[in-house]
Amino acid sequence: MRIKEHPILDFKETKKLHFMYNGKQVYGFEGDTIASALHALGIKTLRHSIELKRPRGFYCAIGNCASCNMIVDGTPNVRTCITPLKEGMQVETQKDKGVYNETR
Amino acid sequence: MKHVDLLIIGGGPSGLAAAKMAAESGVSSLIIERDTKVGGQLVKQTHMFFGSEKQYAKTRGINIAEILINDCKEHDDKISYMTETTVVGLYPDYVVTVMDRNHKYSKIKANTILVATGASEKVLAFENNDLPGIYGAGAVQTLMNVHGVLPGQDVVMVGSGNIGLIVSYQLMQAGVNVKRVIEAASVIGGYKVHASKLKRLGVEITTNMTVKSAQGNGALESIVVQKLDDDWQFIPGTEEEISVDALCISVGLSPLSNLLSMVGCEMKYVSALGGNVPVIDHSHETTVPNIFVAGDVCGVEEASSAIVEGYYVGLIIGNRLGKTHPHYERLIQDFTQQLDNLRSGPFGEKTRSGLAQLRGEQHA
Amino acid sequence: MLKTTGVPDKALILTRFPDDVILGKPKAITECYEPIPCNPCETSCPFEAITVGEDINTPPKVDFDKCTGCGICVYNCPGLAIIVAQLKNDKAYFKIPYEFIPMPEVGETVHAINRAGEIIGEAKIEKVTLRKKQDKTALIDVSTNTELIHEFVTIRRMR
Ligand SMILES: Cc1cc2nc3c(=O)[nH]c(=O)nc-3n(C[C@H](O)[C@H](O)[C@H](O)COP(=O)(O)OP(=O)(O)OC[C@H]3O[C@@H](n4cnc5c(N)ncnc54)[C@H](O)[C@@H]3O)c2cc1C
Ligand code: SF4
Ligand code: SF4
Ligand code: FES
Repeated sequence: MRIKEHPILDFKETKKLHFMYNGKQVYGFEGDTIASALHALGIKTLRHSIELKRPRGFYCAIGNCASCNMIVDGTPNVRTCITPLKEGMQVETQKDKGVYNETR
Repeated sequence: MKHVDLLIIGGGPSGLAAAKMAAESGVSSLIIERDTKVGGQLVKQTHMFFGSEKQYAKTRGINIAEILINDCKEHDDKISYMTETTVVGLYPDYVVTVMDRNHKYSKIKANTILVATGASEKVLAFENNDLPGIYGAGAVQTLMNVHGVLPGQDVVMVGSGNIGLIVSYQLMQAGVNVKRVIEAASVIGGYKVHASKLKRLGVEITTNMTVKSAQGNGALESIVVQKLDDDWQFIPGTEEEISVDALCISVGLSPLSNLLSMVGCEMKYVSALGGNVPVIDHSHETTVPNIFVAGDVCGVEEASSAIVEGYYVGLIIGNRLGKTHPHYERLIQDFTQQLDNLRSGPFGEKTRSGLAQLRGEQHA
Repeated sequence: MLKTTGVPDKALILTRFPDDVILGKPKAITECYEPIPCNPCETSCPFEAITVGEDINTPPKVDFDKCTGCGICVYNCPGLAIIVAQLKNDKAYFKIPYEFIPMPEVGETVHAINRAGEIIGEAKIEKVTLRKKQDKTALIDVSTNTELIHEFVTIRRMR
C-alpha cells in the first residue's frame, strides 16, 4: 500500500518503472528501492534462508543485515533495500547462498 | 590507487558535520556512503527534534538533513561523495576497500580516516522472529517516510524507547493502526512527552510485557505477547494473541564498529553505549593513530550529539593535518560545552557513565 | 502513572495550571514534566514567558503574567506538550497542536479527548491555523465545556 496523503510529507507521483519479478511483469516508481517496490505490491518474501529455506523479508532497510538479498539481473546477494529500482530489471527470489555465473 | 586527505566512512549527520568543519579548516574530504544518498538516519525522521537552537531543535529531521547537505554543498570544491558504495575493508596502512553499485571492488588510500558508520538495530529472539512482516522500527520508518509505502495495516511496536514511541506516532500519522506498544521493562524507556502524545491518540502502552512468538503462513499474521515479572520472567497464563500484519522491533541500537575492530583499534564492550565501541581519547582518535570516530559508532546517542561530535572531530582532524580552523579554540570550546549540556540531564546519565567507563575514569 | 502508561496523574497536571481567575485570559500549559535536553519553548516565545534556563534539561516554567496565550510555543514544541487554555463565557477554550489529516473544519463537532485517549465529551472547532512558518504543525482553536478544563487535551474527528 502506498501513502497518498500525509500530514508532513509530500509524495509526488514519479515515473512508473516496469520490472520483472520472478518472470512476471510488475511495476514500481522512480525513487523506489527494489524492496520498497515489491512491498508496495504486497510481496514481503524476498528470499529463503540458506539452511532451513524459511521465507525472509527485509529487516533493517539500511543495507546491513542481508535479509533482503535477491538475484538482480543475474547477480545474487543484491541488497534490495538500498538498490534503486530501474526500468527493465530482472528480480528473482533467492533460494540459496547465491551462485555467481561469471568471474567479474 | 586514489589518495585522499580525509576519508569519511558514512554520510550521516556526524560524517556531514565533520566534512563541513574540515572543509572550513581547508581540508578536502571524500565521503563514502552505502545508501543512495547522504543524510543517514535523518532522511526518514519527520518529527521535530529536541535540543537547543544550535543543534537545530524544533526542526524536523528531514530538514536538518537538508541543512547539513546544503552546508556541505557550499564547500563543493573540498567535499566529494561516493554513494551506493560500501566500505568493506579497513586496513592498518590506511587503505580501504570499497564495493560500488556494480559490485566492483577498488581501493582508496587516505591520510586520515573518520569512521562515522552509525549504528544498526538490534534483533530480538522469539519463536519465528524471521517471518516476513517483522521489521526493525527504523526500517519501517524508511519504508514509510522515504518510499511512501505502508508496512501493513495493524502493527504492534516492541520497545518504548524514543525510537519505538516516535515511529509509532509516525505510523499513526501515515494511517496505520498501532494496536499497542509493549515494553519488557517496568517503565517507559523514552521521553514521556512522546509517550503522552501516543496515549492521547488512544494507543495503549503496556509495560512488563514482551513478544513470545509470531505466527503466519509465509508472512506475519499474529503474535503472542506475555506479561513479565520485574525479573523479566514470563508470568504463566498471561499469554494474549494479537492479530497484526507487521511487527516493529525497537529494542535498541548497536554501534556499527566492525571496521574498527578489523583495523585493530582497541575495542571495549560498554553496554551503556550500545555495545562494542572503540577506545578513544578526548580528541575522538582511536588507538590507531589518525583513525577518528564520531556519532553513534562510538556510542549510541542522538542526532543532536552526533552532529556536534562531527563538527568537533572535523576541527581536530583539520588541526592534525596542519590546517587549523580560524576559530579553532572558540569552536572547540563551544562544541565541548554543547555536548556537556546535551548529556547533563538524567537521560544523559547513560552516556556519561558509558564514556567514563570507556575512558577508564571514575564516574561520580 | 506517567512512567508506566504515559498518562500524568491529576495532581501533576494541576501543577501546570494557574487558577481559574488567571485562566480568564489564555495561558500556556506546559505538560513537560521530565528533565529532557530541550528548550524551543523558551526560545520561541516572543514574550519571554517561558524559562528553561542555562541547563537545557530543566523542565519549562511559565510566567503567567507575561504569557499572552498567543500559541506560538504550541507548534514550536517538538514534544507537542504545550496547549493554551482559557475559561471564557462559560466555555473552555483551547489552542492545541495537530499533525493529522484530514484537518478538521471550522464549526465541526469533534470528540473531546483526555490524556488517556478516552472520549470525554464533544468539542467545537473554532479556528484552524496552518501558516508556512508552522512547518506542518497546525494550531487548532477549539471550545468545550468548562468542566473539562483540566481534562481536555486533544480532539478526535467523528467519522
Ligand atoms: C528510527 C530512529 C529514530 C531516531 N530518532 C531520533 C530523534 O528523535 N532525535 C535524535 O536526536 N536522534 C534520533 N535518532 C538517532 C539519530 O538518528 C542518530 O543518533 C544519528 O543519526 C547518528 O548519526 P551518525 O552520523 O552517527 O549515524 P547515521 O545517521 O546512522 O549515519 C551513518 C551512515 O553511514 C553509512 N554507513 C554505515 N556503514 C557503512 C559502510 N561500511 N560503508 C559506507 N557507508 C556506511 C550508513 O548508510 C549511514 O548513512 C533516531 C534514530 C533512529 C534509527
Ligand atoms: S502562549 Fe505565547 S506568550 Fe504564552 S508562553 Fe506560549 S509563546 Fe509565550
Ligand atoms: S519545547 Fe516542549 S518538549 Fe521541549 S522543553 Fe519545552 S515544553 Fe518540553
Ligand atoms: S534489509 Fe537489511 S540489508 Fe536489506
